[in-house]
Amino acid sequence: MINIFIHIALLLIMPPLLLGVINKTKALFAGRRGPPVLQLYYDLFKLARKGVVISEVTTWVFTAAPVITLVAITLAGLMVPMGPFQSPIAFTGDLILFAYLLALSRFFTTTAALDTGSAFEGMGAAREVTFACLSEPALFFALLVLAKMSGSLVLTDMLHTPLTAGSQSAASLVLVAAGLFILLLAENSRIPVDDPNTHLELTMIHEVMVLDHSGPLLGIILYGAAVKLFVLSAVLLHIVFPFQSGSALLDWSLFVIEMLFTAVAVGVVESVMARLQMRNVQHLLIAAILLCGFGFVLLMR
Amino acid sequence: MNGLWMILTAAGLMMASGFPAGFGPRRSRTAQCLATVLLVLGSLTGLSGLAIVLFSSEPCALSFPWHLPWGSFSVGLDALSAVFLIPVFIVPALGSVYGLDYWRQSDHPDNGRGLSLFYGLLAGAMVMVVIARDAVLLLIFWEIMALAAFFLATAENEKPEVRRAGWIYLVATHTGTVCLLALFALLRQVSGSFALSAMDAGSLTSGVATTLFILTVIGFGFKAGIMPLHVWLPGAHANAPSHVSAVMSGVMLKMGVYGIIRMLTLLPVTEMWNGELLLSLGAITGILGIAFAIGQSDIKRLLAYSSIENIGIITMGIGLALIGRTLHRVDFILLGLGGALLHVWNHSLFKSLLFLNSGAIMHAVHTRDMNRMGGLAKSMPRTAGLFILGAIAICGLPPLNGFVSEWLIYLGLFQSVETGNGISWPAAGIGAVALAMIGALSLACFVKIYSTVFLGQPRFPNHSAPHDPKPLMHYPMFLLAAGCVVLGILPQLGLPLIQRAAAQWMDPSIQGSLLAPIQWISKAALVLIVVSRLIIALVRKKIRKQPGVSIGTWGCGYAQPTPRMQYTATSFGEMLVKRFRWALRPRTQRPVIASPFPHKTGFSTEVPDTVLDRMVLPVFQYTGRQIMKLRLLQQGRTEIYLLYMLIILLFLFCWESLGIGR
Repeated sequence: MINIFIHIALLLIMPPLLLGVINKTKALFAGRRGPPVLQLYYDLFKLARKGVVISEVTTWVFTAAPVITLVAITLAGLMVPMGPFQSPIAFTGDLILFAYLLALSRFFTTTAALDTGSAFEGMGAAREVTFACLSEPALFFALLVLAKMSGSLVLTDMLHTPLTAGSQSAASLVLVAAGLFILLLAENSRIPVDDPNTHLELTMIHEVMVLDHSGPLLGIILYGAAVKLFVLSAVLLHIVFPFQSGSALLDWSLFVIEMLFTAVAVGVVESVMARLQMRNVQHLLIAAILLCGFGFVLLMR
Repeated sequence: MNGLWMILTAAGLMMASGFPAGFGPRRSRTAQCLATVLLVLGSLTGLSGLAIVLFSSEPCALSFPWHLPWGSFSVGLDALSAVFLIPVFIVPALGSVYGLDYWRQSDHPDNGRGLSLFYGLLAGAMVMVVIARDAVLLLIFWEIMALAAFFLATAENEKPEVRRAGWIYLVATHTGTVCLLALFALLRQVSGSFALSAMDAGSLTSGVATTLFILTVIGFGFKAGIMPLHVWLPGAHANAPSHVSAVMSGVMLKMGVYGIIRMLTLLPVTEMWNGELLLSLGAITGILGIAFAIGQSDIKRLLAYSSIENIGIITMGIGLALIGRTLHRVDFILLGLGGALLHVWNHSLFKSLLFLNSGAIMHAVHTRDMNRMGGLAKSMPRTAGLFILGAIAICGLPPLNGFVSEWLIYLGLFQSVETGNGISWPAAGIGAVALAMIGALSLACFVKIYSTVFLGQPRFPNHSAPHDPKPLMHYPMFLLAAGCVVLGILPQLGLPLIQRAAAQWMDPSIQGSLLAPIQWISKAALVLIVVSRLIIALVRKKIRKQPGVSIGTWGCGYAQPTPRMQYTATSFGEMLVKRFRWALRPRTQRPVIASPFPHKTGFSTEVPDTVLDRMVLPVFQYTGRQIMKLRLLQQGRTEIYLLYMLIILLFLFCWESLGIGR
């Protein structure tokens, strides 16, 4: 029971911290001092108090979409186990609900973007749905590998299987981990796929879709994006760090440290890499399909 | 036995429903209302008959003493027929009510009467197809169904593109029927009768079994629209009146699916490759179907291609179940066939909803070209709300019904990966990945259609002041959308019947259940809806309390944006169309700029049907040219033809007397 409580608390409170860590890492590389680690929390509080500018063109989708997106992602987060603990929601087939909740959030993000009637937001939405057609197969290859190895269709069991997996499946897991890391970057609009800081609408994906949102709505979107980063990192961590100490306290602190480490890793990637040209993004995503797909092929022996 | 009689009565009522209108006065509103009342009455009779049969466990078959040529008039009802009967009783009735305002006989004196007549024939014939237990009887009603659909699809036959689509449909459906004739002839050869009853494995050699399987897939696949047999589908659906498209796509395609499942039920346990063939055909149909859909800018063509995609998903489920039958795996059969059958229901709900919706849109803007629409959510809010429900459902997203059936099929595919014993699991794994890709593509497709039609600003000034349709058009859509929500949150309501139907493929001694984890799905769906609704209410309250500024969309610094600069349907799909260029072969006409002061020019792009334009038509044209050579024999003079007859008769006499034939 206490573990479920910690799970929900971490899921709701910790995500903005990750973005703070990423930005701090990037600042460190650039030789700047950078914003405080808690900056996103401040931003969220500030946005919550502000008024909203709503375009006359929009309909109810524009205000509802950020909320539905956030709820869908949080619900998905309740199915992903953190560390060696059980997730609050676990049932046979939850992995598909997990993937489709992410898809639901994509449906509403892109619809809200198109609701404004802006050509730029249309571009962002078109890119988002196009790249998803490549990232979705990669995700499912990864899920297939985990299902085959664990012999289970419950996300908790599947993600815990690297804890006990023998060395013969290590190669698959390495490939899947690399593929999932690419997905993590792409799905959360990080460099090299997308640049969360640029202000050139022509070249963006996620940021351009939320150009017209403001005030609490923008706050919900930023928070939702942070939760998504947190949830997908939690998935990846199981494969990268399959450790378990046995003591609950130690495991939870280990999980938090791993999570912060992931944020640092993302920050490092963002600092040392340039953003890919838009036409090359698909090659990166195809690489993710190849990595997860070969992980699947290796299991066929 | 009463229940089956009621269903027979229902079929008769439905088939007869259009006759008073069909032979009545040209502009009579009363006649059209009478047709609808009779059709609805028939449907209600049928549904109550179905309820009686399902809740009493009496064996349900009737055979009449009078004989058809070769066959007998025998009908029956089991769980599988019941599953397919439910959409047949629901969708045409709703479509007919919708048609009262959508296609008023007084506005369409030329084709209104024919429409009423053939609409009833189509609906009633489909009932008979599903309950027929004799191959000849099935074929008779199959033909009535196919021909009624032809006359419905070509209602506006003064337009050349409608006639073209109609001819293509007619050729395609009869090619399918030829395969069915061969199939049933072979069936009789092997089993000794035209009765549709299970065959024992001993009487079949593997060659015959293979032929029967292939003929089934081709013959019924034409009607279902499995690629590459789908060539008739986009044109016929796009050019038919919208409530006819709804019935064709929502119900008539499913008759092909019914045929495949029914024949596979009769055939003894099959070989491994049969299931794998269906699985891969389904995956190809799904991916290419939805890719073609993304390339369309005609709203009804797009919906038609999306029907092909959904047939692909259903075929994948059947393929998985077939693999399960070969391997004696109950779970594959339950999840695969159960998912496929549930998807049959779901697709008949949301696709009919979307087609009826497209009719309302066309009434409002008088075009099918999405690139000329936009901003309709402001003027038609209820239509928009119903459309987005249908769009979420058809993308297979939670919390609506499309998710449940796709979830079952996914679960089956994953299960065969998880516990498969070496032969089947790689195929199933690739199936799961293909299904994921179909999901992502259909999301792109329906975001595109909803956004370009309903969101943003009108791209062209609309002089007809679009508004929500009248209640008679609105209520059927509302009922279909309600069905999507109910089956999404409470799939338990329908699953027992689906499970009974799927159990026909299983060894009766083994038990299995679809229902175990489904409660979680309904819980998650409820949580998603309730929590979202609460937070949205909170946010709205806050927004109202602190009124901000309300201005136009930020133009990114551009001073004079116009509505025509919005992303169009074509531009939204452009990246994906490029990705699938190898299959879609888009036709683009670019402006050539030759001088420093170029003239006014144009750019256009379209995605025609590759299979039809590049494969089927060339073959037909070539055949046509070759056959033209036979015109040498055609002199146009009666005495020459009589001479031919004399020659042939003499030849036959010689043949017989020389004993060559013996």
